[in-house]
Amino acid sequence: MRTDFPLFPDSASTIAPQVDHLYFYLLAVSAFFSVLIALLVIVFAIKFRRRSENDLPPTIHGSLLLEAAWSAIPLGIALSFFVWGAKIYFTMNRPPDDSLQVYVVAKQWMWKLQHADGTREINELHVPLGRPIELKMTSEDVIHSFFVPAFRIKKDVVPGRYSTAWFQATKAGRYHLFCSQYCGTNHAKMIGWVDVMAPIDYQNWLAAGGGSGSLAAAGAALFQQHACNSCHRPDSQARGPNLEGLFGRTITLSSGRTIVADESYIRESILNPTAKLVEGFQPIMPTYQGLITEEGVLEIIAYIRSLQHPNPASGTRMLPPTNRMPAPNRPGQEPRGPEERKPVNEGEGERERNP
Amino acid sequence: MSAELTPPLPETPPRTSYLTAGYGVKSWLLTRDHKRIALLYLASITFFFFLGGLFALLIRLELLTPEGDLVQPETYNKLFTMHGIVMVFFFLIPSIPTVLGNFFIPMMIGAKDLAFPRLNLLSWYIYMVGGLFTLWAVVHGGVDTGWTFYAPYSTVSSSTHVLAAAIGIFITGFSSILTGLNFIVTIHTMRAPGMTWFRLPLFVWSHYATSLIFVLGTPVIAVTLLLVALERIFHLGFFDPALGGDPVLFQHLFWFYSHPAVYIMVLPAMGVVSEIVPTFSRKSVFGYRFVAYASVAIAVLGFLVWGHHMFVSGQSVYAGLFFSLLSFFVAIPSAVKVFNWTATMYKASISWRTPMLYAMGFVGLFTIGGLTGLFLASLGVDVHVHDTYFIIAHFHYIMVGGAIMGYLGGIHYWWPKISGKMYPEGLAKFAAFVVFVGFNLTFFPQFILGYLGMPRRYHSYPPEFQVLNVMSTAGASILGFGYLLPLAYLFWSMRYGKDASSNPWGATGLEWRTTSPPPTENFPVTPVVDWEPYEYRPKTEVAAVG
Repeated sequence: MRTDFPLFPDSASTIAPQVDHLYFYLLAVSAFFSVLIALLVIVFAIKFRRRSENDLPPTIHGSLLLEAAWSAIPLGIALSFFVWGAKIYFTMNRPPDDSLQVYVVAKQWMWKLQHADGTREINELHVPLGRPIELKMTSEDVIHSFFVPAFRIKKDVVPGRYSTAWFQATKAGRYHLFCSQYCGTNHAKMIGWVDVMAPIDYQNWLAAGGGSGSLAAAGAALFQQHACNSCHRPDSQARGPNLEGLFGRTITLSSGRTIVADESYIRESILNPTAKLVEGFQPIMPTYQGLITEEGVLEIIAYIRSLQHPNPASGTRMLPPTNRMPAPNRPGQEPRGPEERKPVNEGEGERERNP
Repeated sequence: MSAELTPPLPETPPRTSYLTAGYGVKSWLLTRDHKRIALLYLASITFFFFLGGLFALLIRLELLTPEGDLVQPETYNKLFTMHGIVMVFFFLIPSIPTVLGNFFIPMMIGAKDLAFPRLNLLSWYIYMVGGLFTLWAVVHGGVDTGWTFYAPYSTVSSSTHVLAAAIGIFITGFSSILTGLNFIVTIHTMRAPGMTWFRLPLFVWSHYATSLIFVLGTPVIAVTLLLVALERIFHLGFFDPALGGDPVLFQHLFWFYSHPAVYIMVLPAMGVVSEIVPTFSRKSVFGYRFVAYASVAIAVLGFLVWGHHMFVSGQSVYAGLFFSLLSFFVAIPSAVKVFNWTATMYKASISWRTPMLYAMGFVGLFTIGGLTGLFLASLGVDVHVHDTYFIIAHFHYIMVGGAIMGYLGGIHYWWPKISGKMYPEGLAKFAAFVVFVGFNLTFFPQFILGYLGMPRRYHSYPPEFQVLNVMSTAGASILGFGYLLPLAYLFWSMRYGKDASSNPWGATGLEWRTTSPPPTENFPVTPVVDWEPYEYRPKTEVAAVG
């Protein structure tokens, strides 16, 4: 049995100290009230103990003033918890614009992680120190939850939708990644590591192990393979909407509603195309449910995301590094399927169809 | 000051009590006497309590070492699932209402029985049928979904006996609904002359609030489990996204019942404490009306906070905000109760008997449980501690430190009335002490484990968590011993205990103004109430003495 045991977790993200400070405030208030109540109970029990069987204490019915005080004071303190907690929660739910994207696909009982450059990892996530990392997560089967105690972040990973979390590591090191939503037999084995590396080490790591093509490139290959481009074309005869510049735009549906074309919308449109039809198009697209894996969907999304109009304002943050050296798979990395291994040598700019 | 606290009853010659009114199995299994039905429940829930405790013991033994070396992961998952299902649905929810509530609500309001005695017996049979389904599931290999049955794991992934367990809970739910209905109608229609709403013992108020939750909340869990069954059997897409369903919808439906269910567990215990504290302080409850209204406020607000179980589920940030705020509101009436109980002890005449020890333990542990609930209501902190051992520690402080301490306090308090015998005081005090120490040693380290980040429902864990887990397991063995003691000495006392007088504690409630154990009809003459609740002024006459 280990004799050195921690009583407080590592604090290794920008969020962690914020959570800890609120935690200490809560601890202080709780300790005060627990000790107060315990002391009062003990002191009263001793001081006012029954001395004779004929004791008859005075009748005290209550005090409106006291009731008001011990309702209002706790309420005031509680509201301070509320406001502080909500503030942190908003920060947790608003990833910074310059985040690096990492895609997470959870399944019983492993974490599959994909970097934008196509590098894949299992149960191990390498990230650079000091850069915000945005996680787009989905599950292939049941609900999981992405939990890194040292970062104080946790988010359920739900099948059928994308959930988002983000963190910015502040200390290099190796930190536990737990699945914290019970997911079946080997739930307790669904443990991984987050490796926080100095930026230069991270670049070296990417270069050494890296993917043999960007996610967007793999998505482009899938796009061709499933003949998506036969309908989704930029010309006027296209039977499907033009996808260039689609990502992040507000579009109008046939129902008249407007919606922002984000990851969840694109995913739904691939797997359940008629659910939200774009205005002016017929419900003719077949479903690709079961034909494309969750990772494939993420690759296609990365591809569509890369199809920005020229001179994109902020659309380039996703662009993966180009001219990667193809490298053999390393242990711990998922073998790549044949169609995904297609070498794609063109850079992002060359795939722009509308120069 | 001479205190003729409660007038001595003319010790009537031995009359038939409800215990001697009939012998033989039939006289118990077909009884319509609420007191006998309460004892049927007592036997049943005691069985389920020790069954659930056995599962807990095995869980704690597995967690003694970081490696999963005692049982297989499948077995471990079934153990914590069955522990949760048995303890929540077959012990905690029915515990105080069906035993103490069943026995004492009619007596406290001066009635001969509940409004619907046959329905009351039916409730027990329904409970037993539900329990048998669950036992069948246990014996035939168990169920591994967690007591929360989260979809889509429960609907498409788990290959265990989800249906049998769900049907068991579904059926048992009807027993809760009928009991709640019975209590509500009884409290409305069967109060003795003079027993106005604000003369009701606070135990009755808290059971009224509990009954509202029984009646309004339980149907929702029944329907939810039905949807799980339909998805499992017929693949109708409610929750599984592959079938077009929404897994988060399940969580909304589940917690819409299961959060109020927490108040089902703790409100009756608060009712017990509200009886014990004035009795052993020999003093009226401080702020009677505030304590009474607080019960109702908890029951109402309790229905509006379910989303605080879902802050990391992907529900809208704004929904999270709303549920967080309401969760802080529901803490206020609980705080008001704690302050009022404490104030009741001011300038009192406090007797250190076993029930009072449990009540003081309840106040302390419930305070910690309630305050740690504020950590969970705080959005930013909840994200970190959600689904960790912090949650486990928090709700065990409420359910074990709160509900079970209240239950044990109540059992000791009313044992003389129920059995007609006194329990052994010294041994009982010792047991209360053992329970208190064992409880804290078991669950306090889990707060630290939780903030460290140890997730719940882990069969094995990283080695740095071991020391705290060893402490917890050591505490659990002490706690288990503490629970076995009352089982032993209460049985012993039924035969060898000293005979109890009608009112051994000098309490004011109507249930103490009849013989111990009471006759089948409770009161030979319907009492007329002309005193205020917990009125300890010297009184020389009471309207209804048999």
